[in-house]
Amino acid sequence: MAVLEKGSPHRASRSLSEWLHDERVRSVLYQAIVAIVVIAVARYLFINTSENLQARGMSAGFDFLSTGAGFSIAWSVLPYTAGDSYFHVYLVGIGNTLMVAFVAIICTTLLGFLVGIMRLSKNWLIAQVASWYVEILRNTPLLLQILFWFLAVFSLLPRPNKSLSLLDLFYLNNRGLYIPAPVPGDGFNITLIAVLVAVGATYAQAVWARKRHFDTGQRFPAFWTGLGILFGLPLLVFLVTGAPLTFDYPALKGFNFLGGASVPPAFCALLLALVIYHSAYMAEAVRAGIMSVSHGQTEAAYSLGLRPGMTLRLVIIPQAMRAVVPPMISNWMNVVKNSSLAIAIGYPDLVAVYMQTSLNQSGHAIEIVAMVMLFYMSVSLSISMALNYYNKIVQLKER
Amino acid sequence: MSLETVDSEGQHIASAVSDEVVINLSQVNKWYGDFHVLKDIDLTVYKGERIVICGPSGSGKSTLIRCINRLEEHQRGDIQVNGVTMDTNLKNIDAIRRDVGMVFQQFNLFPHLTVLENCTLAPIWVKNMAKSEAESVAMTLLERVQIPEQAAKYPGQLSGGQQQRVAIARSLAMNPNIMLFDEPTSALDPEMISEVLDVMVGLAESGMTMLVVTHEMGFAKRVADRVIFMDQGEIVEQNTPDEFFNNPKSDRTKLFLSQILAH
Ligand SMILES: Nc1ncnc2c1ncn2[C@@H]1O[C@H](COP(=O)(O)OP(=O)(O)OP(=O)(O)O)[C@@H](O)[C@H]1O
Ligand SMILES: [Mg+2]
Repeated sequence: MAVLEKGSPHRASRSLSEWLHDERVRSVLYQAIVAIVVIAVARYLFINTSENLQARGMSAGFDFLSTGAGFSIAWSVLPYTAGDSYFHVYLVGIGNTLMVAFVAIICTTLLGFLVGIMRLSKNWLIAQVASWYVEILRNTPLLLQILFWFLAVFSLLPRPNKSLSLLDLFYLNNRGLYIPAPVPGDGFNITLIAVLVAVGATYAQAVWARKRHFDTGQRFPAFWTGLGILFGLPLLVFLVTGAPLTFDYPALKGFNFLGGASVPPAFCALLLALVIYHSAYMAEAVRAGIMSVSHGQTEAAYSLGLRPGMTLRLVIIPQAMRAVVPPMISNWMNVVKNSSLAIAIGYPDLVAVYMQTSLNQSGHAIEIVAMVMLFYMSVSLSISMALNYYNKIVQLKER
Repeated sequence: MSLETVDSEGQHIASAVSDEVVINLSQVNKWYGDFHVLKDIDLTVYKGERIVICGPSGSGKSTLIRCINRLEEHQRGDIQVNGVTMDTNLKNIDAIRRDVGMVFQQFNLFPHLTVLENCTLAPIWVKNMAKSEAESVAMTLLERVQIPEQAAKYPGQLSGGQQQRVAIARSLAMNPNIMLFDEPTSALDPEMISEVLDVMVGLAESGMTMLVVTHEMGFAKRVADRVIFMDQGEIVEQNTPDEFFNNPKSDRTKLFLSQILAH
């Protein structure tokens, strides 16, 4: 109210300086200045670039996407052959990036939780090991760790004919990691359907058990029953339909392995480095989250007769998650973005196949950079939208 | 301190002490490292008895009552609650905690749950009570502490006095026969102290066995059957409130009373 009276616009006798000191005028002014600067810079870049392109006789636009890219890609999740279009290369790059990022995010989260809880352990040795892990890994650059795993570990593995092997099923050598590939036979679809049915049944069972607990107070071993349905039903169906699944085992043929599925050393090195580096941050987030819940909460729960396990599940974790989830999700975004360091060790991620090889060949720098940025931004924005949504749900209600 | 908070002129409420022992401590000792925090504590509490524990800061009052529901572990001596011996047997600890409620200085309500959910959590998960039943029990208790209209709110939306009353209701929802209070009004603004003390007086009138650590001497005079004075880990003196305040025996008690009444 005071502001309104003092600087109200219909007072005629206002000097310019008085006007400039009005906070509403200020905020509009600042926004206007920012907008003008942004537009000017964008206009300059646009004019400058189109003149340059014209001078070199090149055309802008996305027509190049349908022309064939002549190069080959060392390893890809999506099928690719040299000569597929540039757009296909873009998709293949995205596939490779998402593959390493997705696996890394899952492993990072699990390992991070484990190490974070270990750091809070009452056992001195366990707590020390966990805290050294976190301190060492957080305080060295990620690129260095990626190079270490690639150059000092995976590149120094034995040649294929001297492979390290586990049970003669998994082989690790300087060409990569080889694992048996499942080959579904006739009728395997029925097992897949059984998996879906089992997931649905498990969920329904959990809802029912919860409702019954609330309605009648009776408890039902929902967890073990669920586990039984989840694994038992598909297994039963699988066996009844005659176990229609075989495996294609990797085998040494000449100087190399054939058959099975494989990932190159660069994938292993990148994945390991991303997981280990980011799990250290994750562990810190988990530790801080659990510590943010005061000990009084545990004591109150105990004094009400709740056992430690239930206290953790009903009181501590729901509160800790509010503090853990935001840093956890920004950690996930960092995993996706940092996976572009793949270029240092030749893993064919999006940046490597599309911003390097494709860009050099086609020359469409602006379009290509824009497309790559679009990918990273949409991944980051969708992750952060999910985060905002989550934060909104769990926000503590206070006065 | 606030002698006026509860009308100290008011009648001492009728005592309902039976001769059934509900808590028995004998020769209880506890150390924090080298620090001897409880020294040879002997204490017998009868059903329906209201005990006020006072003493200087650091004298071990909190530690003593926290040993009664095993929030702290004692190292030597015996503790029996409702005939169950406190030992490392988890079943015994569960049984004791089911019968003993506790109210904390800092309330310790669960901030992620509504007032009603705070009161139904333990009945549902510990006693396997049906949700609807737990809710009706909780509503009855919230009416008893005079805040049924706050049931759907979160603890962060309540005043300190209201939060402490919810904490009392939450404890009572487990239907304990012993209640422990650790300075329940010390974190409250003066104008909210009496609303909490009123609830506690009501509880005393209903015949609940209560152990209350407090410096509210008005409350002690009106409610207590026995006042216990602790200093440096020992029970220095225990007596009826009349004798305790008007005729203290030990010099340490006299010193403490003169300090606390000087305010
Ligand atoms: N976890 C602990 N570790 C070490 N010392 C402790 C611990 N908890 C309490 N103490 C010490 O034990 C002594 C008794 O503590 P206690 O909390 O029982 O005192 P109190 O009589 O309740 O005091 P106050 O009136 O301040 O609450 C204090 O000197 C305190 O510093
Ligand atoms: Mg205390």
